[in-house]
Amino acid sequence: MAKKLPSTDVVVVGLGWAGSIIANELADTGLNIIGFERGPWRDTARDFNVASAADELRYNRRQELMLRTRQNTCTMRNNASETALPLRSWGSFHPGNGTGGAGNHWAGIAFRFQPHEFRLHSYLTERYGKELPAELTLQDWGTDWEEMEPHYAAFDRLAGVSGKAGNIKGTLIDGGNPFEGPRSAEYPNPPTLQTYAPTLFAEAARNFGYKPFPVPSALVSQPYTNSLGVKMGPCTYCGFCTNYGCANYSKASAITTVLPALIRKPNFKAVTNAEVLKVVMDSTGTKATGVIYADANGEQFEQPAELVVVAAFIFENVRLMLLSGVGTPYDPVTNTGTTGRNYAYQTANNVRLFFDDKNFNPFIGGGAIGMGIDEFNNDNFDHSGLGFMGGGSTRVTPIGAAPIDSRPMPPGSPTWGKGWKQATVKNYLSSMSIGCEASSYSVRANYLSLDPTYSDPHGRPLLRITFDFPDNDRKMAKYCIGKVAEIAKSMNPREIVVSSQQGHWDSRPYQSSHIVGGFIMGANPGTSSVNKHLQVWGVPNLFVVGSSAFPQNPGYNPTGTVCALAFKAADAIRSRYLKRPGEMIPV
Amino acid sequence: MKASLSMCAGVLGLAIGYAHAGTGADSYNLVEKGRYLATLGDCTACHTLPGKPLFSGGVVLDTPFGKLLGANITPDPVHGIGRWSFEDFQNVMSKGHSPGDKRLYGAMPFTAYTKVSREDNQALWAYLQTVDPSDNAVETNQLPFPFNVRASLIGWNLLNFTQGEYQPDPQKSAQWNRGAYLVQGLGHCGTCHTPKNLTGGDKNGQFLQGANLQGWVAPDLTANNHSGIGSWRPEDIVQYLKTGANRFDVASGPMAEEVEHSSQHWQDEDLMAVAVYLKDFANPAEVPKPLAANDPTMKAGQAIYADRCSACHISKGQGVEGLFPTLANAPLVNNADASSMIRVVLSGSRAGATDAAPTAPAMPSFGWNLSDDNVAAVVTYVRNSWGNAAAPVTSSEVKNLREQLQVK
Repeated sequence: MAKKLPSTDVVVVGLGWAGSIIANELADTGLNIIGFERGPWRDTARDFNVASAADELRYNRRQELMLRTRQNTCTMRNNASETALPLRSWGSFHPGNGTGGAGNHWAGIAFRFQPHEFRLHSYLTERYGKELPAELTLQDWGTDWEEMEPHYAAFDRLAGVSGKAGNIKGTLIDGGNPFEGPRSAEYPNPPTLQTYAPTLFAEAARNFGYKPFPVPSALVSQPYTNSLGVKMGPCTYCGFCTNYGCANYSKASAITTVLPALIRKPNFKAVTNAEVLKVVMDSTGTKATGVIYADANGEQFEQPAELVVVAAFIFENVRLMLLSGVGTPYDPVTNTGTTGRNYAYQTANNVRLFFDDKNFNPFIGGGAIGMGIDEFNNDNFDHSGLGFMGGGSTRVTPIGAAPIDSRPMPPGSPTWGKGWKQATVKNYLSSMSIGCEASSYSVRANYLSLDPTYSDPHGRPLLRITFDFPDNDRKMAKYCIGKVAEIAKSMNPREIVVSSQQGHWDSRPYQSSHIVGGFIMGANPGTSSVNKHLQVWGVPNLFVVGSSAFPQNPGYNPTGTVCALAFKAADAIRSRYLKRPGEMIPV
Repeated sequence: MKASLSMCAGVLGLAIGYAHAGTGADSYNLVEKGRYLATLGDCTACHTLPGKPLFSGGVVLDTPFGKLLGANITPDPVHGIGRWSFEDFQNVMSKGHSPGDKRLYGAMPFTAYTKVSREDNQALWAYLQTVDPSDNAVETNQLPFPFNVRASLIGWNLLNFTQGEYQPDPQKSAQWNRGAYLVQGLGHCGTCHTPKNLTGGDKNGQFLQGANLQGWVAPDLTANNHSGIGSWRPEDIVQYLKTGANRFDVASGPMAEEVEHSSQHWQDEDLMAVAVYLKDFANPAEVPKPLAANDPTMKAGQAIYADRCSACHISKGQGVEGLFPTLANAPLVNNADASSMIRVVLSGSRAGATDAAPTAPAMPSFGWNLSDDNVAAVVTYVRNSWGNAAAPVTSSEVKNLREQLQVK
């Protein structure tokens, strides 16, 4: 029996990007807030210092920053006819753990979604009518660009995003991304200087008439004091971003931008190494009364609260809702229910180029420092007659080339011994890659549910992922990577190797942690779980925030939008909910 | 003349305030004033352990003579100062005598606090009465024989102590006098920043010229342009004390604690008064000649700097404002004593966090991957590059400090 603690105003579940942003915004109202984090407290000074952060064995191979699968994992299967098995080590994606969450080890690519994304289903139906593939279950978000833009801008200022605007208030600007939605202001920091590979790529892309632009980067390009007074230092191109914490205070994360300010506020308390087991609902099922959590000793406590904000990683957001009986579990057979609906991923593709006469010094780089084009992303090109929807963000962002894993060599190279070493030497400096991070569109058969067999150490069922790449996405991947390969060939390499997402989803190789859906937002309570304020339909004092709210995934990285949604939810709570608690959008 | 008149008026006003407080009529203002004075004096540094009740004592001070502990100064009648009268407290502050004519060790900086006005002591006393009593028993004197014999302090006081409240200098402005009163009195800056004689007393002829204590260098605070803060503007001094960082430097070690506990909470006009006073402290610099860039130690240090240091401190020691201290033309780097530099390279250090500058960045420890020779070379290189000039550091200095700090 959980010991009941004195009530508080707000509990926030998860102290990654979304939870930290919301807790900080709400702390400014004077409410008492408790933030729960299943992992340890992490901060840059103590956990990530320049003398020890660049440790590939520790952070990449042994995944020190990731959730331990013994604590919590998922099961996976490609379709409903299979029996799902648990992931015992992370491969396809990397859920984080500890304050800062997965935001500690992200690459820092800070795109905004495009305006048409927020009404994707309506937009594509208007443009293509019956050509929209029948397998897709795309939905509108229930919000629009005008509502989202101020929150994107708030995130830009918080994270010190570095880039070059392509569209300020409708005026197109050379050098920026012409496909981006109208911005209210230029980026807070200028783009970081580019290394050689992105520079070459941009030249080649320009020769095709494309419009290359610096990838928006949350690795700051110059010293920056953010909107909360927290300092960031310029990126040093050390090349240890993805899977690593940043030692130079350059990569924006909750621990480099929010928590140093938040933790000083007397009305905020962080409870770490505390795993929230469920959201407690009252007998009517229309009100959350708090959460139950287990501390590191396994002792359980009930923390009552007036307002509950669930802002964990997508998997735990959805699982907590299923475990707490919030919403009706999605059933792919009847296509009813909302909790677990519209699960989607990201479709990763790339072309690797091998040269004889180039030296890219690939160890110099940053996860988000590069040049991109958006001509083949989303609906930026005419899909008429192509038989698919969606596209990808094409870019060269050399992320560094750490010694253990960075062994680019063409197929047919020896896999061990002297020949392998020689192939390493031959190709390490003279190889580069063009990535195409492409959309993942939802279909009826891809969804999240509770696993009937496997459970965690608290006896709770694990989350079960049922997912495979839809035909639509495979066709899209093939088409887009073909376009990328044309650019690659024009750069005159000795050889190119083209990889696009074909075949089934394989949970073993790393692809991306860009997982979305399962507790999606929308305008219709019949097909969505939260309204446009991230408020749960029918449970007005419960908010669920994260990429779990995306109805499908465009060809962009999700973090900027997760953070914008966090600001959006906090703004709605502050400006509307607290004045008149209740459903902000009548059902 | 005008200045000293207005000061008199201020003192008179306070005296009237206290008269009311004696009858309980104005205790609010008096207590609030006392609370601020306790912050100015950073009483908590020695009298409050982290996480323990306010002023319940027990903070250990490692002096060259042995251990002394900060007393319990809560109003507890047995373990605190609950049975004292105001005059008892006044005697502590102005004479270094506690009740029973017990002489206090100089670790309680009464040599500075003697400058505090009786009126300010009355406010401090009123505030201390409001603190929750704590029954934490503290044995303050843990010195070995013969230093534990308090009678020895009679002689110490003769050598090192001049009793008396601060006397304003009529030649100087009210602001300057306020700064002097704070620096010399409650701020007790000299406790760390003035060199000590063999008995541990201040060398008053070298007031604020920098000292070494507990393995840290308390830098030269004079307006010396080389190793002092002559190149800092008054605004830089204020920003440093208010936030723990300015465009040159970031506070670390005991100064980070001081900023966190005390100076970040000082009123801006008090900080500016301190800056004005310090900037008036002329102390001509004797600048040594830097080592030649082609000296073998300098070459080795340059290579280590490029690999280990330049990512944060930038290639020519420019640093990043508010995060990574500037090493070029830096007073602390030029200090004759390199202990702080060696220390932070060996064991790292974390800056303080303040409301104005919450980041609290850290210098990582390099004790585990740089040898004594490496550390000596890189510190020597920094001390003789980009406008700096200071004595080279030897491997044995690094070795000694490494042993003292127990860095593996």
